Amino acid sequence: MNTENRDAAGSFAAGMRLGVGPAAPTFVLGIVYGAAASGAGWGFGEPLVFSALAFSGSAQFTLLTALSTGSALAAVGAAVLINARYVVMSAVLNDSLRGGRLRRSVLAQALTDASFALAHHGGGRFDITRLVGASVPQWSAWVSGTAIGLVAAPPPVLLRTVGLDVAFPAFFLVLAVHELHRSRRAKAAAAGGAGIAAVLLPLTDPGIALLGATAAALIGALPGSDPEEESG
Amino acid sequence: MKLWLSVLAVTVISWVMKAGGPLVLGHRRLPPAAVRITGLMAPALLAGLIVVELGGSGWSEFDWTQLCGVSAAGIAHVLKAPMLVAVLIGIAAAALLRLGLG
Repeated sequence: MNTENRDAAGSFAAGMRLGVGPAAPTFVLGIVYGAAASGAGWGFGEPLVFSALAFSGSAQFTLLTALSTGSALAAVGAAVLINARYVVMSAVLNDSLRGGRLRRSVLAQALTDASFALAHHGGGRFDITRLVGASVPQWSAWVSGTAIGLVAAPPPVLLRTVGLDVAFPAFFLVLAVHELHRSRRAKAAAAGGAGIAAVLLPLTDPGIALLGATAAALIGALPGSDPEEESG
Repeated sequence: MKLWLSVLAVTVISWVMKAGGPLVLGHRRLPPAAVRITGLMAPALLAGLIVVELGGSGWSEFDWTQLCGVSAAGIAHVLKAPMLVAVLIGIAAAALLRLGLG
């Protein structure tokens, strides 16, 4: 094994060790997702394949929430928009990827919020091997958690009694807290999104209300800088 | 069929989004205004999701004990509890509240 291969193996192993941390909550959320998907009548194969291939908690929770209450088009739109940040993240990652477009595109599939942070060297540079290594335990935890949730399949009334109906919105709130720290505009976008959804909810189906909430992001097109973003 | 198509659509679009940088941009960068709008999609949609989760269709599913549990999770996370611990605190708060109310 030459030096380059040893370095790559070391980075991958380090990534896997670091990935165990976020894998623990991912496993529990996978169980909650599997149980909720089962409760929503999604069957066994669809949620498991979805977890294995999409590997995206926020998009999967969003589709589950929106599809049960609204049209398929609006639900897919909401689930895709919740992951819009990956467009920016993959653009940021692009400079650290090596090889042709296909190879780099495949490597970018390992992108998760936690792996992105764990692989950051600073100055916008990323260790891609570490990023892939960090995603392996998270992916395993997400898929196995989903399977366990599907098999256990607790009834909805039990989920409510033990408070598991709180897990979805609490998970979204925890993610939102991270987003709110980014800038003043993020806070304004969140306030706008909540306000739009609250107003639209009695007037239309929840999927449309969710899509409407994304209009609050248009404040990003306004001229002027955000001092908190610049300092952050 | 609707479910499979929705799952497939979200999966493929998610792949394309993650591959967006290498595939489309090459060495070019997004225009600054587009980056700012895309970066605000997540907070806007997350806030909308919380409202929809709590309110349900037409605000018919609002449950104040669920709101208390979600609030407890948010407060715990602001006070530096890790994601999993914060969510578990929210779950426990709602369960205990419901147990206390009978």
